[in-house]
Amino acid sequence: MTALTEQMASKKRLPAVVDFLSKWGTILTIFVLLIFFSATMPSFRTSSNMVTIMRSIAIVTVIATGITVSLTVDGFDLSVGSVATFAVALVMSFFVWYGWGTILAIVVALVVSLVVAAVNAFLIVKLRIFDLLATLATMFIFEGVAMTYTGGGSISEGMPRLDGTPTFGKIPAEFRLIGQSPYIIVIMLVIVALVHVFLTYTKHGRYLYIVGGNREAARLSGIPVNRYRTLAYFLSALLAATGGIILAARIGSAQINSGAGYLMPAVAAAFIGYSVAGIKKPNAVGTLVGAILVGLLENGLIMMSVPYYSLNIIKGLVLAIALAITYYRKHD
Amino acid sequence: MQPKHKLEMKGISIEFPGVKALSQADFAVESGEIHALVGANGAGKSTLMKILGGAYGHYQGEIYFDGQKVDIRHPQDAKRLGIDVVYQEVDTALIPYLTVAENIMLDVMANEMQGKHFIRWGQLHRRAREVMKQVGIQLDTSTLVENLTLAQKQLVLIARALATNTNFLVLDEPTAPLSQTETEELFRLMRDLVANQNIGIVFISHRLPEIFEICETITILRDGRVVADTTIETLTQQRLIELMLGHRFDETYPKMPVPIGETIFQVEELWEEQGRVRDVSLTVRAGEIVGVTGLVGAGKTELCKTLFGAYPIRSGQVRLHGKPLKITSPHAAVNQGVTLVPEERRKEGILVDEPVYVNLTLPSLDTFTRGVDFVDTRAERETARQLIRELGIRTPSENQKVAFLSGGNQQKVAVGKWLITDAEIYIFDEPTKGVDVGAKHDIFELIGQLAKRGKGIIYASSEIPEILGISDRIYVMYDYTIVKEFDTADATEEDILFYSAGGK
Ligand SMILES: Nc1ncnc2c1ncn2[C@@H]1O[C@H](COP(=O)(O)OP(=O)(O)OP(=O)(O)O)[C@@H](O)[C@H]1O
Ligand SMILES: [Mg+2]
Repeated sequence: MTALTEQMASKKRLPAVVDFLSKWGTILTIFVLLIFFSATMPSFRTSSNMVTIMRSIAIVTVIATGITVSLTVDGFDLSVGSVATFAVALVMSFFVWYGWGTILAIVVALVVSLVVAAVNAFLIVKLRIFDLLATLATMFIFEGVAMTYTGGGSISEGMPRLDGTPTFGKIPAEFRLIGQSPYIIVIMLVIVALVHVFLTYTKHGRYLYIVGGNREAARLSGIPVNRYRTLAYFLSALLAATGGIILAARIGSAQINSGAGYLMPAVAAAFIGYSVAGIKKPNAVGTLVGAILVGLLENGLIMMSVPYYSLNIIKGLVLAIALAITYYRKHD
Repeated sequence: MQPKHKLEMKGISIEFPGVKALSQADFAVESGEIHALVGANGAGKSTLMKILGGAYGHYQGEIYFDGQKVDIRHPQDAKRLGIDVVYQEVDTALIPYLTVAENIMLDVMANEMQGKHFIRWGQLHRRAREVMKQVGIQLDTSTLVENLTLAQKQLVLIARALATNTNFLVLDEPTAPLSQTETEELFRLMRDLVANQNIGIVFISHRLPEIFEICETITILRDGRVVADTTIETLTQQRLIELMLGHRFDETYPKMPVPIGETIFQVEELWEEQGRVRDVSLTVRAGEIVGVTGLVGAGKTELCKTLFGAYPIRSGQVRLHGKPLKITSPHAAVNQGVTLVPEERRKEGILVDEPVYVNLTLPSLDTFTRGVDFVDTRAERETARQLIRELGIRTPSENQKVAFLSGGNQQKVAVGKWLITDAEIYIFDEPTKGVDVGAKHDIFELIGQLAKRGKGIIYASSEIPEILGISDRIYVMYDYTIVKEFDTADATEEDILFYSAGGK
């Protein structure tokens, strides 16, 4: 009898530990990594390094909030990387080819990037293609569109266009500021806060989650389901394009597929965010925490001189673990 | 003569966060008998049977099989003893995109295929057909389960249970979605199983006349405790309800006298796109409760859904206060003052992963917003608490996930969320399915209050006594159209049945 009760007690305790870890594991891991990197590498401790990490995750975070919004409706936007690339190409062309001012260039680039959202929404909502596959298609389409538009993928100051036309436009200094700290960090935090408030405290955020939870029940509750799914894809494209603009400001030129590399860490961040604090839903703050974890890992590993070509192994593993935690929790 | 088996549960207690679902419950059933398990919503019936089926491992208490102590902690433990449970939510136990044969043989494939790797399709279908013959279902074994009616799914689950060696069969509210004929069919099967196959059956239902019709012994649960364990002859229905609810209860319909006004809702020659509604015309007056009845499959649900925009309208007119409505989607319907409480709560009515309050305020969320669409959660919770009280929803708080409520309490949430919307026309599709007698009464009362406020109500149900009890006027449906209209005062159950069955 005592053996049995003991056995039962231990059975009970074990899930509690698992439960705790799946809630707070991410934050715990961040601290463990911080301590580990600081202990092994004295250079890591300097405050400028923390700033470096925050700065380096800004773009990933913003793009990841886009994915997060698409996840709320039980969708998945794989095209965010291409949207970012596209936005970079657009905004650079406006500066370098046409000499536009900062505000005009940013606004037009953001608006034009929403074309991707429109195509996504059309494929997913109207033609009823599975989200992942539809956005896989648009991912390729708009990668190609960006390349074609730029004539090979890159634009930088003074570089002539593909047909040989010389260019005279300059990248405004105030635009470059966007990509520097503290502005880049502030922008990131403001965006995370806005998305968080939108998802958590507004009617629309509530509806997005409901649509993701049970589409038929949402529809029969009088929610315009298709409108909200469309909204989700527009928001995710808008956020991804914003990430692209920040990226453009950071590197000061358009490069071939410059946004593509952000897809994977952004997906990882969004999925790690699911389980942070036991929310078990895609959420903006969790996504930020996820991005910090991914960024910290990447930074620390680079400083430990792990070669960049091996980094993907680690990043991929982190993604696998994040997915494991998310989906494992879903099934109990 | 096969040996009789006896299954006993002793001192069973189980807790969930914030809820003591069972305390010291005793329960026993023998082969060859049909044993009723009754109690109000949330009394712990399903939980007790889930323990028996091995779905929960964390209970206290003991289980004996033929006097021998057994440890049931996992579904396999129960299967080994020949205990099969057909759970309340049939849909969750079936795999919709597999065939009838595969679904029936699922347990066999899962448990008897050790060491074998190839499926022998011919044999699979043959064995499935044998079991089906025993159960009396006539179906092509290669039909996909998603195309079956609820009644057929129910039978497929019973067939699955019987495909493996079965000593005890638990049926948790099997008759809730069934029509009268289908129920009769099921009862015939149950009687055959106890008489000829030496199986013991546990039967759960909120339809008390059924209990008296088919069961010999009964256990009554109240708030997780056993309050009676006896033979059915010693009880009257009145006494049973008292034991179940813990107080005297007058089982009459609370029909309030409401002055009936002008016609407010008119439907003319309505056709649904795929002919699931055929040439239906009806009217509803202010303060009037209009019953829509007919057998399961007569097209009541289809009519409700079409009026609500969930199915596309091919032709016809729908007018509210004389103004033609454009019902292109449920969203449009709600905006124009038409609401529907849908029939299949799990799929259509509730969000199981959301807390109770989110479910309750969902259709009326607009009235809980401030400023730029910010949700006022305080007001929202306040309203939710009030509804929980009014409907007697059994939940530790408004923050509980709906998945953790009992079936009947989930139904109350599915109904409750529409009662606070501000609409003109309320359509209810089988709103009392799986709800206990006390709660039924509460729901009728709330519907009565809507009528009193001058709303128009369409109440679709195949429970004729209910329709007779609360409606002012009745439409009878057959084959997707309305075949007869009655003033409730002039209607009898026989008349309604006659027209329901296609009589002219
Ligand atoms: N997994 C769970 N987590 C938390 N609470 C639960 C869980 N399962 C059941 N409960 C609670 O236990 C109580 C008993 O539930 P149960 O489903 O057994 O009721 P029931 O008698 O079958 O009711 P109904 O007639 O409505 O189906 C309810 O209050 C329910 O909310
Ligand atoms: Mg139940």
